[in-house]
Amino acid sequence: MMEVLDMLAQPAFWIAVLRIATPLILGTLGVLLCERAGVLNLGIEGIMVAGAFAGWLAVYGGASLWTGVLVAALTGAVFGLLHAVLTVSLALSQHVSGLGITLLATALSYYGYRVSFPKVSTPPTIEPFADMDWLAIPVLAQQTPLTLLALLLVPLLAYVLYRTPVGLAVRMVGENPQAAEGQGVSVAAVRTGAIVAGSALMGVAGSFLTLSAFNAFFFNMVNGRGWICVALVVFASWRPGKALLGALLFAFFDALQLRLQQSGGATLPYQMYLMLPYVLSIAALVLVARKASYPQALMKPYRKGER
Amino acid sequence: MRLEKRATGSTAALVLAPIGAVVFTLLVSSVLVWWAGAAVTETYGLLLKGGFGSVFALSETLTRAIPLILTGLAVTVAFKARLFNIGAEGQLYVGALAAVAVGGMHGGTGFGLPPALLFGLMLLASALAGALLLLGPALLKSRLGVDEVVTTLLLNFIVLLFVSMMLNGPMKDPLAMGWPQSVGLMGELELSKLVPQTRLHTGLIWACTLAVMVWLLMRYTVLGFDIRAIGANARAAAFAGVPVTRTVVLVAMLSGALAGLAGAIEVAGRTGYVTLDMSPGYGYTGIVIAMLAGLHPLAVVAASVFVAGMLVGADSMSRAVGVPTFIADVIVAASLIAVLVATQMTQYRLRRT
Amino acid sequence: MTAPVLELTQITKRFGDLVANDAISLQLHAGEVLALLGENGAGKSTLVSILFGHYVADAGQIKVFGEPLPPGDPKAALDAGIGMVHQHFTLADNLSVLDNVVMGSEPLWQPFSRRQAARQRLDEVARRFGLDVDPDALIGNLSVGERQRVEILKALYRGARILILDEPTAVLTPGESEALFAVLGQMVAQGLSIIFISHKLGEVLRVSQRIAVLRSGKLVAQADAQGTTQEQLALWMVGHAVDAPHTQPAATVGEVVCALDAVSAGVGRERLHAVSLQLRAGEIVAIAGVSGNGQTALAELLSGTRAASSGTVRLLGAPLVQRPSRLVELGVARIPEDRHAVGVVGDLPVWENVVSERLRSPVFSRWSWVRRARARAHARQVIAQFDVRGAGALAPARALSGGNMQKLILGRALLHPDSGAAGAAITPRLIVAHQPSWGLDIGAVAYVQQQLIAARDAGAAVLLISDDLDEVMTMGDRIAVMHAGYLSDARPACDWSREAIGLAMAGGSVDTGTAA
Repeated sequence: MMEVLDMLAQPAFWIAVLRIATPLILGTLGVLLCERAGVLNLGIEGIMVAGAFAGWLAVYGGASLWTGVLVAALTGAVFGLLHAVLTVSLALSQHVSGLGITLLATALSYYGYRVSFPKVSTPPTIEPFADMDWLAIPVLAQQTPLTLLALLLVPLLAYVLYRTPVGLAVRMVGENPQAAEGQGVSVAAVRTGAIVAGSALMGVAGSFLTLSAFNAFFFNMVNGRGWICVALVVFASWRPGKALLGALLFAFFDALQLRLQQSGGATLPYQMYLMLPYVLSIAALVLVARKASYPQALMKPYRKGER
Repeated sequence: MRLEKRATGSTAALVLAPIGAVVFTLLVSSVLVWWAGAAVTETYGLLLKGGFGSVFALSETLTRAIPLILTGLAVTVAFKARLFNIGAEGQLYVGALAAVAVGGMHGGTGFGLPPALLFGLMLLASALAGALLLLGPALLKSRLGVDEVVTTLLLNFIVLLFVSMMLNGPMKDPLAMGWPQSVGLMGELELSKLVPQTRLHTGLIWACTLAVMVWLLMRYTVLGFDIRAIGANARAAAFAGVPVTRTVVLVAMLSGALAGLAGAIEVAGRTGYVTLDMSPGYGYTGIVIAMLAGLHPLAVVAASVFVAGMLVGADSMSRAVGVPTFIADVIVAASLIAVLVATQMTQYRLRRT
Repeated sequence: MTAPVLELTQITKRFGDLVANDAISLQLHAGEVLALLGENGAGKSTLVSILFGHYVADAGQIKVFGEPLPPGDPKAALDAGIGMVHQHFTLADNLSVLDNVVMGSEPLWQPFSRRQAARQRLDEVARRFGLDVDPDALIGNLSVGERQRVEILKALYRGARILILDEPTAVLTPGESEALFAVLGQMVAQGLSIIFISHKLGEVLRVSQRIAVLRSGKLVAQADAQGTTQEQLALWMVGHAVDAPHTQPAATVGEVVCALDAVSAGVGRERLHAVSLQLRAGEIVAIAGVSGNGQTALAELLSGTRAASSGTVRLLGAPLVQRPSRLVELGVARIPEDRHAVGVVGDLPVWENVVSERLRSPVFSRWSWVRRARARAHARQVIAQFDVRGAGALAPARALSGGNMQKLILGRALLHPDSGAAGAAITPRLIVAHQPSWGLDIGAVAYVQQQLIAARDAGAAVLLISDDLDEVMTMGDRIAVMHAGYLSDARPACDWSREAIGLAMAGGSVDTGTAA
């Protein structure tokens, strides 16, 4: 017990927590935006892979790091647009469309990587984002700008959702699309916009892995983080503030599990520590199950003009 | 723009649409081949030849198709009831572990049971393992409303870690050097070959038989009606007297069992033991197959052969031409989307409001 | 004569083979209340949906205040001054009144929202028209009457000068309807013009100055309300004289088939409070009341899909088992309220829907194997005997129109598979009919009512739950009223006056004093 407390007292631990949380914050905000508009986006896992690859490839090809982030966002947006066309315009099953996009985006990324680097023994690297030493705040100064971006996006998204007309439109479209249509708002346009924007965020989440946390692209890099974001959105009751909290909480346990493994106090096989994040996610879902107030139109396809 | 239902749906369109979609996908994927710097016709030619062009190629394809048929059936049964089982991958692995536990852990003694009985027990154990794994998420859904997509997905990761734990621990093969693998299956329990000198084993017969049985179940039995009714309209089904919770439990157990059997039959027919990489995503591919087959159990067999052919063909094509094998995964995923769109367009048309 | 504020010219709309609106031309003048009358399926809702931009007409044009209206664009309709109060409220339960009203009124690119100003404007509009609401209340917590007020406010807030109300009194008690009519009067006084859609003759004469009657998609008559009788309207609506269903009072009332004793069930909106009721063979007990006062809980209780939390329910002398298949075996015939969502499984073929309730019985299955030939034969018999048209036994059930779907459900419930062609027909012991006439045209309504009466005459106990006061008074041998989960005594029909029922529907106490 004492050694756990010692661990918590070290700034290095909290630096790790924020670093682990960053892609989760961005990804969860992305899913949140889509689901608030009433659309489940299971493409997140694949979009994160694609964002990670595309952003990294751009930087490897000579672009600046922020251009790389932009490329990742655009990549996410393109896959988001595909998901929007399939689920909004063509009213296909949101589950299947999302899963199809995850498979497609992942396959395309792996293919692209292999084509670009056919025979490599060690993965090629780039120069990632540097820490923000110029910032006077502890723990935050050891993070990269993408973390700062993620933290700033939380209040920004909250503001947009709750205090702007477009945010209200997004929420209405996710609760009762007929009501939105009856007030002159195009459900298709708002949903498509929300999905594209949310997917761009997912792309940026992926790029954090290759442009900040690590400096190369590996297979199985995302490793289920996308699915964890989907669980975190439910845990967060679709609210940006609680999404941040959920991501930090999750990152806390993940960082803890890593430290416990390394400290050698491990009496359990290391795999059981690695299981912890996934088990916690399921537990979080079960915990909030009863009181979850879903956006009422979530996962129900809207066909304009159908009675 | 909105979707408008077409007045008549022709059956010709329903069959041609998926085929047209696949052809379209192949055409679009040729861009990827061009990116890799290879000749398109040569690449596709090698792909088809590698999958279907010789007895050996066919045997490899059919061997690959066996677990796909089973996971495809598992997903089909579940999706029919709107139970989104994304955990077939994990269920396959626990089925494989259970098979080795019953069929190999006794150090060759076979618990003193006749091989035929042991074989049956082995299959039963695998089916049960898969069934129980899916039962948890299914109950969480029907009792607490927890979305089963995420829970089954996360369980896949947990199961894989568990397999790793087992392979490095209690189930480790003491004689194997290098990669962790499990204790091997007793020789008598291994499935015999269908075609000598190839890897094709009698698991194909098991898989096809199960496909027919699932088809009969769905079409001709009361349980089949219950499953279809719940998937189409659970409230109306409940009103008509369908026991919803009980049926969902049965669906979960059946689906999980089929995926578990996929693991067992892979172990008994192809590998003989469990490794961490014995399934290159068969559970997820099963979803693609189920959707390509339009959730029809017999069509699952056809879809499995197609997808297996792509995967096997890509392996041999890659060795010859250097186009990465991932092109098969791209083609399969893109085919799924294309087929969904094409099938939807046979029933609806897009109109300006 | 001043120019009309709204002018529809030759509006035509087809859905596949169905001509929903056939070259309709109409005018609305300033400050007038025009009633659009027609039975279910006549084309009223389609016409106003075109007006509001939910649909695009195949032919014809619309002019609002002299300007042509761009088709298919609700925003254009709103900007032109048209507001619509939909029959099924378009409100988001999880958002507040203010949110629902304000949504869409500010441009989407605006990075801020003028909430204070919106709040003041809402307050001012509400007071001007006498519609009282709390802007911060969540819609989910409001009563039906309050929700309708919000629905109306949405239109008024946007500055509607032409207001369309689609069957607004369907969900109101007689008292609430009166309050609504007062609000309409206020609106007219403030310069609004109103289109009022209804299929209720008395209401239409009371509220409007002019009446337009639609039948089968065509405009068949226009008249001033002054000087027109209900009989004339009914004649126009249906095209021929209407016979009220012939109901003689029940000849002999038999034993008690089903008895509820102080039964409570359900939570929240749909709740029963200590309800007691006896249903006897050979009589129709009609339960009046506005939907949402516990009727669904009662129907579900007797259909086997809801359990009682206290009290006893006895069916044929034994406690009622909450299993639909068992109830069907015992002779309970159930007609649910929502035929699309609960009555049939739309994607499955007609024949599977016909036998769905009895699939587990030996007639249609053996050792879990479905006896398909037998099932299809029975389905064909039901289709023939109950005149189900529009789809064969093998077609998916969703291909059926509302009326035919209801006939299918009736046939499923009333025709016992063992009723031989030559042998005696087997009548159900108890019929639970929940809003059986809802959404049907007059012909189909008459058919349904005839079937229920015939069943009663053959000895069935019939429970008829209906929010249509006319139906209750015509069909019921005994009548009870449901309000907020409480059920009044079931008194013989002759003991009730229309006013008394209306009062009880609104919660006023009934003479006998035992209810609410």
